[in-house]
Amino acid sequence: MAIWSPYIAGVLIGILVCFSFLLSDRPIGCSTAFVKTRGLIEKVLRGDRIHDIEYYREIPPRIDWQFMIVPGIIIGAFLSSVLSGTFRFEFVPPLWASTFGDTPVLRLIVALAGGIFLGIGSRWAGGCTSGHGISGTLQLSISSIVSATFFFVGGIATAMVLVHVVG
Amino acid sequence: MTLTGLIRNDHAQTLLGLLFGIIFGFLLQKGGVTYYDVIMGQLLLTDFTVVKVMGSAVATGMIGFHLLRHFGLVRRHVRAGSTGSNVIGGLIFGLGFGLLGYCPGTVAGAVGQGSLDALFGGVIGLIIGAGIFANIYPALSRSILNKGEFRHQVLPDILKVNEWYVVVPVTALIVIVLVVIESMGL
Repeated sequence: MAIWSPYIAGVLIGILVCFSFLLSDRPIGCSTAFVKTRGLIEKVLRGDRIHDIEYYREIPPRIDWQFMIVPGIIIGAFLSSVLSGTFRFEFVPPLWASTFGDTPVLRLIVALAGGIFLGIGSRWAGGCTSGHGISGTLQLSISSIVSATFFFVGGIATAMVLVHVVG
Repeated sequence: MTLTGLIRNDHAQTLLGLLFGIIFGFLLQKGGVTYYDVIMGQLLLTDFTVVKVMGSAVATGMIGFHLLRHFGLVRRHVRAGSTGSNVIGGLIFGLGFGLLGYCPGTVAGAVGQGSLDALFGGVIGLIIGAGIFANIYPALSRSILNKGEFRHQVLPDILKVNEWYVVVPVTALIVIVLVVIESMGL
């Protein structure tokens, strides 16, 4: 089946997070991987001088568990979509095309801007939808519940303005 | 190999990170939440797939995690939060979330299914954004990130009760919300 019941996918994700705590002693989170990727790129370009940057001393740029989660997700989603025959290259998602037309350039500019804010915001809040939204919330972490609430408050407001006011 | 031995084995952990990622990405894609239309549908409150996936993941994981913790098999990983970090950061995240239509995990899943806006927009943007944050971090950590620190780390500490008195009602509440969403045909 191309798409499973969201409840089955959700329950299995919940079990997966439990195994991550059990076997790796850590929550499942994704945003740290982008800091490590950025740090690894800078390491290639600037060498050991990146150790002067305080944030890379806290989150060392290296290939480890927190880095590998993202290539893993890409592979997993690739396998899922290929196995169900839904893999296909697409620049402009249908909902975007129906609001703003199918010009890839406009979609890419807005996606890039969104990605930049997402990168800043996820590190500012110390986690993302998986780290705070799922792994943190299920531990009843207050910082995670607050973060996840404001991810959606900000996200809903932005999407409403983008689609209903601008679009 | 004991659990502690496995957790301390860096090479095994790097492989486990990849393995957890593969399963996570597979499930995100199967759950439908790697699609821009599904995530934007949630933010526009017309499609509740994201809430269904997250709600059932949190409810299941909450019971599982606290059972494992009861038997001393897992530790909590929570950080003290603050208004400056979690509210402001959350809102900046939300701005990016609404513009991009993916989050840091689902953007990777979208790349895997062939979504090129996720690769050339989302992933590149996230790497740029992470670099910007790394550069402003020293100034932020001395100022806004610690503003309005929360006094407690977890909900049971605020309520000063045994954690199961929170876990059970919260799980029940999530199930009720999901049943209501389903009964409304959302």
